[in-house]
Amino acid sequence: MGTVVLLSCTGLGLGALYFLVASGLSLIFGLMDVLNFAHGALLSIGAYATWWAGAEAGLSFWLAVPFGTLVGTAAAVLLELFLIRPLYSRPRDQILATVGVGLAVPALLMGIWGADARPFPQPALLSGTWHVLGATVPVNRFVLVAAAALLLLTLRLFLARTRYGLIVRAGVEDRAMVTALGIDVRKAFTLVFALGGAAAALGGALGGLYFGSVNPGQGTGLLIFAFVVVVMGGMGSVTGAAAASVGVGLVQQFANYYTGAGLGDLSVVVLLAVLLLVRPRGLTGRLA
Amino acid sequence: MTSSPLSSPSSVPSSSSSSQSSAAEPLLSVRDLRVVIDGLHILHGVDLDVAPAGVTALLGRNGAGKTTTVKAVMGLVPRTGRIRLAGAELSSLPAHLVVRHGIGYAPEDRGIFAGLTVAENLRLAERGAPGGGGAGEPDYALVHELFPELKQRAGQLAGTLSGGQQQMVAIGRTLLNRNRLIIADEPTKGLAPKIVAEVAEVLARAAEAVPVLLVEQNLALVRRLAGTCAVLVDGRTAHRGDTAELLADEEAARRLLGVGSRHPLAGGLRSAASPAAPAITAEVKP
Repeated sequence: MGTVVLLSCTGLGLGALYFLVASGLSLIFGLMDVLNFAHGALLSIGAYATWWAGAEAGLSFWLAVPFGTLVGTAAAVLLELFLIRPLYSRPRDQILATVGVGLAVPALLMGIWGADARPFPQPALLSGTWHVLGATVPVNRFVLVAAAALLLLTLRLFLARTRYGLIVRAGVEDRAMVTALGIDVRKAFTLVFALGGAAAALGGALGGLYFGSVNPGQGTGLLIFAFVVVVMGGMGSVTGAAAASVGVGLVQQFANYYTGAGLGDLSVVVLLAVLLLVRPRGLTGRLA
Repeated sequence: MTSSPLSSPSSVPSSSSSSQSSAAEPLLSVRDLRVVIDGLHILHGVDLDVAPAGVTALLGRNGAGKTTTVKAVMGLVPRTGRIRLAGAELSSLPAHLVVRHGIGYAPEDRGIFAGLTVAENLRLAERGAPGGGGAGEPDYALVHELFPELKQRAGQLAGTLSGGQQQMVAIGRTLLNRNRLIIADEPTKGLAPKIVAEVAEVLARAAEAVPVLLVEQNLALVRRLAGTCAVLVDGRTAHRGDTAELLADEEAARRLLGVGSRHPLAGGLRSAASPAAPAITAEVKP
């Protein structure tokens, strides 16, 4: 029983991390048709900025996380404005450019801080464990789940209640028609990139808690599963991504524990294949 | 103005006086509009004047380039040429800035957002917000007066509406803002006859306040609404002039529009034609 609870909590924590990356990825793809292979780099930037602020600059953890998130958001906005935007009419080059950033950022981080994992500052409040139904669960799992739940709620409110949310929902359906109503949809692009970058960078910061350290390849490793989540959840659907994140995180944890290490990762891909055969458009097939 | 087709785009007079039945400056003036998509020349020289009042029709067979012309004016496809709306040059502007010059656009596929409610579809079209082109307060009173159903169905997802209701949303969006011009691309396509009459009624009413550029295959409707028209053949303007005159000229109508016995709308055209005008019934070879 204890094992099941622990695996569930860890799986949910991992799923929450996936959701932090996948929600932005999904909105960006849904609205802009951009497969942002640089999204893992945004997570890494957030993780390293948080680590740097906490461990090197001596900021408290509670300031380091907003700092890291802010740096990741800024990186996302710059990426959209200066790399993605000039290439809208050349989607192939756009993919290559994001792949390039996705490779360059980890290399840059490695060049500056080395390839070894750096221990991540753990505030006392979040480094303990909680006893839940006979299991001893690290607190940071719950922090991740709470952050992901808050993000889901925020994104849903944004999409449902604000004018830009309306523009994003409409743009996911038919971008050209949104411009034909007199709306500068590029502003929504930048906003979505900023939101996605913020979520990914927060994922990087909180992922540091989860893994206990940061390393240059972390973002890229998570990105693969985030893509799986986006495809399963239905491109452009935030709620679908949330459901798929939970599923992927849990399946991965349980399969890795009860079968062999590595089979959990494989089972996720099998899960994706089965889902696409049964429901080709993903879990929801539409937004929100 | 004669109803003979113009031999080449260059022979189309660039001054509006000879092509417009009214002496007034055209509201929208398009000259030598060209569109190339993926190396294919879709339009090679479209000239078009929209009268400053009433309905101007854009006619032509399927594939003649009517929808592309409209999209090029809107800035939805890359284009070259001159596009002037009330003195402002639009040909280098992206779509959202073209619209902010005061154009309401109801596209061929209606452009409804299926996952949004009726109210959200309309709200999205509001341009009164800062940066929206200063279109003033959205005129919901007018839209709901013309389409009371849109008020009743405000909370319904637009994707669950009938085709006619979706067309009401599409036209309603163009009436929400104080526009200079409304462009409606085949607004009656695929609608039941009763709904076609309703849409025609609304277009006629809208045209009393705002000039309309109407792309339409239903020639009975065109005859009823449109004062002047332009006819496209193979991506070029082949004819401009008075609509009634063109439709009364059996030979020209057949040659330009392909109207004949095999045309499903020929019957409608005949019944709509005034008794004085010869009915277009021609038994044409394909």
